[in-house]
Amino acid sequence: MKNGDRRCVDRRSKSYSEWLEKRYKSQKERKSSYSSISFRTHPPLMCPENSGKREYAESLGFPGEYPYTRGIQPTMYRGRLWTMRQFAGFGSPEDTNSRFKYLLEHGQTGLSTAFDMPTLMGYDPDHPRSVGEVGREGVNVATVEDMERLFDGIPLDQVTVSMTINCSATIMMAFFLAVARRRGIPFDKVGGTVQNDMFKEFIAQKEWICPPEPSVKLACDVIEYCSQHVPKFNPISISGYHIREAGATAVQELAFTLADGIGYVEHCIGRGMDVDSFAPRLSFFFDVHNDFFEEIAKFRAARRLWARIMKERFGAKKPRSMMLRTHAQTAGVSLTAQQPLNNIARVALQALAAVLGGTQSLHTNSMDETLALPTEEAAKVALRTQQIIAEETGVANVIDPLGGSYYVEWLTDEMEREAMEYIRKIDEIGGMLRAVEQGFPQKEIAEAAYRYQLKLDAGEEVIVGVNKYVEKDEKIPIPVLEIDKKAEEKQKELVREFKEKRDNRKVMEALSKLEETAREGGNVMDILIDAVDCGVTLGEASDVYRKVFGTYTDPGGV
Amino acid sequence: MSEKKIRVLIAKVGLDGHDRGAKVVARALRDAGMEVIYTGLHQTPEMIVKSAIQEDVDCIGLSILSGAHMTLFPAVLDLLKKNNAEDITLFGGGIVPDDDIARLKEMGVGEIFTPGTSTEEIIKWVRENIG
Repeated sequence: MKNGDRRCVDRRSKSYSEWLEKRYKSQKERKSSYSSISFRTHPPLMCPENSGKREYAESLGFPGEYPYTRGIQPTMYRGRLWTMRQFAGFGSPEDTNSRFKYLLEHGQTGLSTAFDMPTLMGYDPDHPRSVGEVGREGVNVATVEDMERLFDGIPLDQVTVSMTINCSATIMMAFFLAVARRRGIPFDKVGGTVQNDMFKEFIAQKEWICPPEPSVKLACDVIEYCSQHVPKFNPISISGYHIREAGATAVQELAFTLADGIGYVEHCIGRGMDVDSFAPRLSFFFDVHNDFFEEIAKFRAARRLWARIMKERFGAKKPRSMMLRTHAQTAGVSLTAQQPLNNIARVALQALAAVLGGTQSLHTNSMDETLALPTEEAAKVALRTQQIIAEETGVANVIDPLGGSYYVEWLTDEMEREAMEYIRKIDEIGGMLRAVEQGFPQKEIAEAAYRYQLKLDAGEEVIVGVNKYVEKDEKIPIPVLEIDKKAEEKQKELVREFKEKRDNRKVMEALSKLEETAREGGNVMDILIDAVDCGVTLGEASDVYRKVFGTYTDPGGV
Repeated sequence: MSEKKIRVLIAKVGLDGHDRGAKVVARALRDAGMEVIYTGLHQTPEMIVKSAIQEDVDCIGLSILSGAHMTLFPAVLDLLKKNNAEDITLFGGGIVPDDDIARLKEMGVGEIFTPGTSTEEIIKWVRENIG
């Protein structure tokens, strides 16, 4: 045994490169290259020699302290768990209201509303363009009364509510605040988030009413109004989720999202707002995809980058202005219609990455989402997945448990550097508004999406159950949610009745006031809250925007 | 003389803005040597049928992920019929349940490709069934 010990010591490599040449390369590899889903190639091992140098205080710091790499709160999940916020919405406001109550009963801690396509695009349910789309992909809300039904019996001063709405965000926010006012809840008591991120609409999700410039102006109306009157509300959720789902790489998601954030900050400062008056309420929303460590590093890099941008570029003084607070959602695009139960495992791993990345709130997708909107049972399993991570795995016991890992720190640095290259490029184009108008991020994403598809078709990327471990003649083993087809007729009928019983003279007055304010470039929010309260519908307010600001057509292009 | 190239209109119908799939398929068919026209987003059935006739395409590939497929596919089929353009084959892709696929095929839709389909399968189907 003595000889054995000595031989072992003698065989030790003196450096990483020696180990790589002598030990590693003498062995066989399983594949010809090892790369992430975002086409990043990896060395086989990270160690002090090849993982870069960093000063702890400058690059990482302590949780709750600049540059927030390790987390934005000093206690992180030891103080409070992330908010479990499942996105839900379908059919009529009543249908969605009962799903909300079901989720709250099962331990969900915040609400998140999915709206249907007509609502997202600013059309009433009786508009010809709404045919066949009402209530199908989310809930239909066209009037202040719909909003009342949606949150019936839910205490808006106690439960925070998130609304995924963008080009019609001003109007939906007005509905929401009008309902709060009707219930006697002061605006400074309501908390929640409205997505209100128009840059990413033009980049990825592609629901719009007006061209980019006025769209961004309206988004900033909400930011300005909330900074003055609704201080606990996040008036924007700057979203990488849709960018990633459209096919972006992890770095593109990171870079374009932060560049969008820069765009909004510049617009608000341009209006004369003090950066510290609104920046603390800017919130973010990222995707959590399959590549486990890349996703964790993405969250860490995002926090450090944003902190540096806010401090160094915009001269923010308040720590809260520098903190990137984020929601996360597991990657819908990674789920498969084939062998759908496998999706439970995918979602669990992605959710774990979001937690290890330090997210503030999380939506876990349901296993059946490539087939239809989730059933109650599937939504419950998704929520339980988060509860298992929180209560059983122990990962919430220690803050940023992967901090200091050679690999994770190297990845965090790499992603920050690569994202900064994109941000510089967008600055050179003249900012995100110009970049979006020129189609720069759109083109980059389409390229990445196509590149990924080719790798998938070539079998270089594997999706279990789709291009490997395929089961022939598979029958879908789980139930699928049917949307009540009557929801469309019902919503059409309700909006007709609503229009009949309101005071049309008041409505006309409110609409011309809105038009005047929009033309003059004033903040529309105050007027809009009164307008929807006296009966202006979503479609009517959107038509004012169409008239004043013009409409926008997809430039197409493949 | 070389064989006539297959002309395809890739179309996004309705309010749905998910265009990743449409763009990937359009590019894959183009790379496979077909002539591809992409409509851009938010088209009505009328706009699509008009473009298809104007561009003299052999087929239309319709992309829908909004759940409105049972309204929008039949609307396009109807308009093709009304315009005596039934020689243009309609196929599609998106999140469409199996039962709906069967019904749409009965109505005259050539094929529906669901998530997970490779671009090669789509190219193969178009080559075998169009032209």
